[in-house]
Amino acid sequence: MNIIKARQLVHEYIRRDEEGNVESIQTALNHVDIDVKEGQFIAILGHNGSGKSTFAKHINALLSPTEGSLWVDGKDVADEENILAVRQTAGMVFQNPDNQIIASVVEEDVGFGPENIGVPTETIWTRVADSLRSVGMLKYRNHSPNKLSGGQKQRVAIAGVMAMEPKCIVLDEPTAMLDPNGRKEVLRAVRELNQKKGITIILITHYMEEVVDADYVYVMDKGEVVMKGTPREIFSQVGKLKEHHLDVPQVTLLADILRQSGINVPLGVLTREELVEAIMRIAG
Amino acid sequence: MLRDITIGQYYPADSVIHKLDPRVKLFGTLIYVISLFCIKGVVGFVVATFFMAGMIALSKVPFKFMVKGLKPIMILMLITALFNLFLTPGDVLVSFWVLEITKEGVQNAVLMTIRLIYLILGTSVMTLTTTPNQLTDGLEKSLRPLNKIKVPVHAIAMMMSIALRFIPILIEETDKIMKAQMARGADFENGNMLKRIKNMIPLLVPLFVSAFRRADDLAMAMEARCYSGGAGRTKMKPLTYVKRDYIAYAVIIVYLLLSLLCGRI
Repeated sequence: MNIIKARQLVHEYIRRDEEGNVESIQTALNHVDIDVKEGQFIAILGHNGSGKSTFAKHINALLSPTEGSLWVDGKDVADEENILAVRQTAGMVFQNPDNQIIASVVEEDVGFGPENIGVPTETIWTRVADSLRSVGMLKYRNHSPNKLSGGQKQRVAIAGVMAMEPKCIVLDEPTAMLDPNGRKEVLRAVRELNQKKGITIILITHYMEEVVDADYVYVMDKGEVVMKGTPREIFSQVGKLKEHHLDVPQVTLLADILRQSGINVPLGVLTREELVEAIMRIAG
Repeated sequence: MLRDITIGQYYPADSVIHKLDPRVKLFGTLIYVISLFCIKGVVGFVVATFFMAGMIALSKVPFKFMVKGLKPIMILMLITALFNLFLTPGDVLVSFWVLEITKEGVQNAVLMTIRLIYLILGTSVMTLTTTPNQLTDGLEKSLRPLNKIKVPVHAIAMMMSIALRFIPILIEETDKIMKAQMARGADFENGNMLKRIKNMIPLLVPLFVSAFRRADDLAMAMEARCYSGGAGRTKMKPLTYVKRDYIAYAVIIVYLLLSLLCGRI
């Protein structure tokens, strides 16, 4: 079953002047169709202003569609009554780690979500311990979030979502404000959740390297889905990605340049090892 | 430099007072403060002294730490004492120029100074042994009856705890903006008071803008985690009374009666 199903989804940001007349309409999502199967690791790529964050906020019912529809685990997000259920099914992690941690102790922050949905006290404690363990932050449970690094804070935020036992986690550029080490930490945690616990991941990003491991990639530009496919299919179209202001990973770019200069390396090389192997084969 | 400021000067230790329910501590502090202003005689103060000394000993917070809290109010104490000393009418003991020192004045000055010192020491037993979060939790639960007259108790407590969480973040941000402005030639250290306040404007504007942006982000993050106000919420760390809390209540009541009985002597 598709956990997320978007059909002809449209979202317009309407700007009104003081009298309430429409000043300008900006279409952030333009007839978007996206399907995500349960347990998949999906990446949504896009340049600034491509509408990828707007889409993410729809999955969590933070924004509601102007036209078209979106179902999360079979529930229509446009229906007011479904909002809490939708938010419980699809948790969301935001970009700025500081602005999404509510409590001043790590474990209390992780407990915030379960508290909100009325989980009994003892169950909250086991959930908090389990989710902190699953992101490798259990030993920091009594720390103040202010003393953690960016990557650690973001893992706490992920644990906070995990504690609500969602089926799906949407990460809206979770690594944009982190250093390379923090970025690796967060991605490793996310991948583990996907593989070990079977949680559906929707990773929204503009870093190409993060997309390599995804099962399926959507590329968005100006509110439309312009490309979709496996990472290999996407990265074999270096020219087309460039048109949408996106870069490919360095290895892929190198492979592409080699191909163009007449060396027969395969299309859509994703990792350094693959490229080395291909070149070794050609060299004999 | 700005990062050194800490609000809510919690002193971690493993003591009975630390473990008490924050509601008991709030109640005890309130009774203690009221009693201080009812007591008029020496015996009353002896009772208050014993009570306070007992609490400080039980709390395992070094006395040195408590005294630190007195420093900032030194001047206030001095002014209060001087006003009481010179401006209380009554039997004149000494007089020079237009100033007169009366018997009642001396009494009032001593009384007021002792009261203020005891007030600060007594309340700091509470703030040093209770984390800010426990305090807000305690306040939320003790003020719950006010919900009936439409006071949004939960929302107020939530705001307080979020404010506490964001103080260090905003301080850090102020530090950052200050450095950025100083790198471009802003001057926060020289000039008279008025000029320095004026110079703060380029600091405050970006700080406010970013605080609002943070508030917006945080509200969204809270909503995304199903926050919808106090109704239907459970607690991860609910406040429940245990035996020691009832004993503490009993001790407080005994103290209240004693101080009322002996207060006038």
